[in-house]
Amino acid sequence: MKTFRNFSRHLIALTLGAMVLTVASCAAKNDKSIVVASTTSTQDSGLFDYLLPIVKERTGITVEVIAQGTGQALDTARRGDADVVFVHARSEELKFVAAGESLKRYPVMYNDFVLIGPKSDPAGIAGMKKVERALQAIKEKGATFISRGDRSGTHIAELNLWKSAGIDIDQAKGPWYQSIGQGMGAALNTASASNAYVLSDRGTWIHFKNKGELQIVVQGDARLFNQYGVMLVNPEKHSNVKKILGQEFIDYLISPAGQADIARYKVEDQQLFYPNANDPNA
Amino acid sequence: MPENASALHLVLTGDPALFAIVRLSLIVSISATFFAALIGVPLGSLIALTRFRGREPVIVVLNALMGLPPVVAGLAVYLMLSRSGPLGSWGLLFTPLAMVVAQTVLVTPIIAALTRQTIEDLWLEYRDELTAMNVGPLRRVRTLIWDARFSLLTALLAGFGRAAAEVGAIIIVGGNIQGFTRTMTTTIALETSKGNLPLAIGLGIVLITIVVLISALAWGARRAAERFSG
Amino acid sequence: MSVRSLESDLPICFSEVGIVTSGVAILDDISLTFSADAPTLLIGPNGSGKTTLLRAAMGLLPVSRGRITWGGREVSPPTRRAIMFQHPVMLRRSAAANIRYALAAAGVERAEREPRVVELLTLVGLEPLAHRPARRLSGGEQQRLSLARALARDPAVLFLDEPTASLDPAATKAIEDIVRAISARGIKVVMATHDLGEAKRLAGDIVLLHRGRIIESGPAERFFAAPAADDAKSFLAGELLI
Repeated sequence: MKTFRNFSRHLIALTLGAMVLTVASCAAKNDKSIVVASTTSTQDSGLFDYLLPIVKERTGITVEVIAQGTGQALDTARRGDADVVFVHARSEELKFVAAGESLKRYPVMYNDFVLIGPKSDPAGIAGMKKVERALQAIKEKGATFISRGDRSGTHIAELNLWKSAGIDIDQAKGPWYQSIGQGMGAALNTASASNAYVLSDRGTWIHFKNKGELQIVVQGDARLFNQYGVMLVNPEKHSNVKKILGQEFIDYLISPAGQADIARYKVEDQQLFYPNANDPNA
Repeated sequence: MPENASALHLVLTGDPALFAIVRLSLIVSISATFFAALIGVPLGSLIALTRFRGREPVIVVLNALMGLPPVVAGLAVYLMLSRSGPLGSWGLLFTPLAMVVAQTVLVTPIIAALTRQTIEDLWLEYRDELTAMNVGPLRRVRTLIWDARFSLLTALLAGFGRAAAEVGAIIIVGGNIQGFTRTMTTTIALETSKGNLPLAIGLGIVLITIVVLISALAWGARRAAERFSG
Repeated sequence: MSVRSLESDLPICFSEVGIVTSGVAILDDISLTFSADAPTLLIGPNGSGKTTLLRAAMGLLPVSRGRITWGGREVSPPTRRAIMFQHPVMLRRSAAANIRYALAAAGVERAEREPRVVELLTLVGLEPLAHRPARRLSGGEQQRLSLARALARDPAVLFLDEPTASLDPAATKAIEDIVRAISARGIKVVMATHDLGEAKRLAGDIVLLHRGRIIESGPAERFFAAPAADDAKSFLAGELLI
């Protein structure tokens, strides 16, 4: 019994030692790595899964992506917890730069939003060309609509669409308007489960696996345009920001090579993102 | 992890990405349980064996903290470790170590509360004998912890189960970074949000299987040890 | 057994001792002396205060009135006293480890422990079961192990609280034989029992307790031949003391 106990003590000591070593090795961050706060749409659409290995190959940089809503991603950057933000809400990004949180915003690419709804189409809006008309119909019919409600780029875009449709959503919302406060995927899952309408970015929609009875009901309206921008967090505000590596990542994204890589990403033969770093107004 | 793959396929082909995720999950949860035990067992024993003012409220709070919402623990650790927080200069946020810290915060109350109860019950049983043997305070604590070791092992397993199952805390402080801080539970959350429900469920089954295997191992070790020392 | 030249705990003197717990008097006006000779047997019905008297004599209970002295001292750590409770608690270890533990607690050097473990286990006849988990021993075996554990403290005085209460005749005889053996080695035994036959078989002195008071005490021969108190006569006659 003595030997058994001694043996188990050695075993325990050995296990603990090995464990502490492993944790330490895990915690030792790769030197050439940056943290990018980005949106759920870039992650859920699979863009990063495709793009990051290419970034690694071309620049040697390991990009660690924190996927959050646009609002939360900007907050993370504001706290100095990220080196780069890569989001899609132009008005919020310009405010971010105006507040001195970043020195420059670079347009990178766009895709578009699509209005998703059940095949039964209770609001009768399938195929409409004007998204405002569709939203008015949803509100009039009281058809269930799922809102992200999380200050994400998609949520902000949705609020702007209600406004331009002449609807004050704070006043008009009733039981039919469900704000879930979650990411794009969760909103699509909820819509799929309750046969509701929902605004989604096209990339996440194409990549989404649980479509159920859902389909695109409205698309192609110029108002559904969805612009992505990238910014280096101001290193003067947060001295820990890796400005050289971060800028290198941004320079790659807006370079002809990076733009071509983005254009090459396809799911089910559909291009998901359209590079437009050269468009000064984007 | 390859798209459109089933969890079974990933397991059977020994997918390296899945293996890395499982490995990280285990390292984080086992480390957190280890550190929580390092704090919780002495703390619980101390509360069990001492009498001080405000002891009862401390026990009530400790028991309540077993139900500490992971998101709250995660947020608290996030605010501490953020670059704008008091420990920001350590640069731990969005690393596996941050996840260990958050889970340690979650698991420590569980281990401390269960230890307190176990040690207190055993002390009631042993008090007369140990007093009659004139056993000093330090040896007393050592004896109680050693003799309660099988019950304490169950407390550790409860703590480990909590750590391995939670997603709320580690997704906040770890960031669910692919290949770096992505664990079983955050992968399941991610695959769910991608609408990839079959893969999410499959990974859930893999996670449950691993937890059951560890529990079975611990049980087997306990049975073997009991045969030796009762 | 090794002989230690410490100050003895004996005699243990109770003078007008009263013990009150939660407003109830458990012992009242107890004056008696345990000195180093043949075993003293405490008899009396359940609830008469035997267990409380043993614990007080061990030094485990504070007295409410009067005083207890051990070898003339009022404060005395239980280094040369040992007690075996009516329901002994086995540590979650093997039989041998239980004894090893008591030896360590009594400050016996590590090197001296193993021979003592063997000696004590042999004394109580548990040598073949040395490596069995203590909690899987039978009731009688647990009582004997508890006795060995108490003896590991090398006591000058040993208190036994109804050690044979729930045992069959064979197990009872085993315990009584051990008690005789250790008494013969010069250890003072103070033992509670409610079995008159056992008291007759073992006693040098008798103390009859009833409702926390001493009804009669003195040498066993005189007590059994010619009890003085009325309650003692009726107790010996097999009547119920209420």
